[in-house]
Amino acid sequence: MTTTPSAGSGTSVGTTDVAEYALRLGDDALVLAQRLGEWISRAPELEEDVALANIGLDLLGQARALLSYAGSLTGRTEDELAYFRSAEEFRAAHLMSLPRGDFAVTIARMLIVAAYQRELYARLAGSADETLAGVAGKAIKEVTYHFEHARDWTLRLGDGTDESHRRMQRALDGLWPYVAELFVSDEVEQRLVAAGVAVDSSTLRAGFDQAVDPILAEATLDVPQVPSVSGGGRRGNPGEHLGHLLAEMQSLARQFPGATW
Amino acid sequence: MTMGTPTSSRARIAVSGPQADHAARIAGAVVDPELPMISIADLGVLRGVDVADRTVTVTITPTYSGCPAVQAISDDIVTALRYAGYPDVTVRTQLSPAWSTDDMSEEGRRALAGAGIAPPAHRASGPIPLQLSVRCPQCGSRRTEQLTRFGSTSCKALYRCRDCAEPFDYFKVL
Repeated sequence: MTTTPSAGSGTSVGTTDVAEYALRLGDDALVLAQRLGEWISRAPELEEDVALANIGLDLLGQARALLSYAGSLTGRTEDELAYFRSAEEFRAAHLMSLPRGDFAVTIARMLIVAAYQRELYARLAGSADETLAGVAGKAIKEVTYHFEHARDWTLRLGDGTDESHRRMQRALDGLWPYVAELFVSDEVEQRLVAAGVAVDSSTLRAGFDQAVDPILAEATLDVPQVPSVSGGGRRGNPGEHLGHLLAEMQSLARQFPGATW
Repeated sequence: MTMGTPTSSRARIAVSGPQADHAARIAGAVVDPELPMISIADLGVLRGVDVADRTVTVTITPTYSGCPAVQAISDDIVTALRYAGYPDVTVRTQLSPAWSTDDMSEEGRRALAGAGIAPPAHRASGPIPLQLSVRCPQCGSRRTEQLTRFGSTSCKALYRCRDCAEPFDYFKVL
């Protein structure tokens, strides 16, 4: 398959910035897809096994489009970016690489990420960059399904048995310190925002809270009041878990470079 | 020049160049390996065919971002066109405008129903799909229920009919 991104995209921003931004979004999707894939054959029921795999596949597709675009701007292929970068060269938020935990952790993370991506892609679909707008316009439909799936499970588990409630609340408490990183903007993003290419991450929090808070309330769960961790995933500080994830994800490509089947 | 496929409800295929209509018919007849009852023209996945100096450039769009059938469809297009006498074929993927189930033709919907897959409801514009009752492709009953929204492929949900008790795939609105 030859993926041909629309070249130039009619804006005057630096391609290095655009590539960096596409990598951030693409790495978020790629790393979370890998985490979701860990559930295959291990989910609590067959339907959920298929659901988590399908959601991971959507994210992987989004990651491929974004990494292909980043690579087209920097002279690398999507596979080179996925399989031959070190953890320090990844740009995923720490939330994505946290261990999959129990099913409650997976659902809580999906709710958080899908709520964030829904806000992000709805706005990015209007980007001045045609390729990013195209990826976002496609992804918004998919992450809406992911969000609804996570919402249904959050309601069922949060307002379920004492044990499912306890686990959902514990999952939220454990993940919440990592939420803030999703809404941190920086100079790269601000230059792209000024050019109409990127979305200002800090402006997405209000919509996120409006989407998530009522679900948690209905699920009889508390919004955690916990301090945030420092993050740094966007700046090349990969955190403690990404390296282990990459060791598994990249092992085949690194043992047999160029392997096809 | 632009032509609508004969059976198309909305999707239009942009064709240009000598014999482009012929090449478009060849490419459009390729099927999705996971939906072998429907051609990619009727599925709305074929977006354009350009012929220049007997070099064909075919543009397709994925149904879902991660749809693994895209690679197989792409390979099948190249093979079909080579057999038809076009040795040099390039397949491009195009994400925008995003594929929608409204791009599927009426013929395509009938083909799905004939194969026991409930076709997608038409949707109004906007990102939130309407949830209407789904008609059982076996007995026609509307007393159906969703078993799981994520079914055997990205594009399908699994339903069950409460009258004839048969499970069936529903092509999700996107």
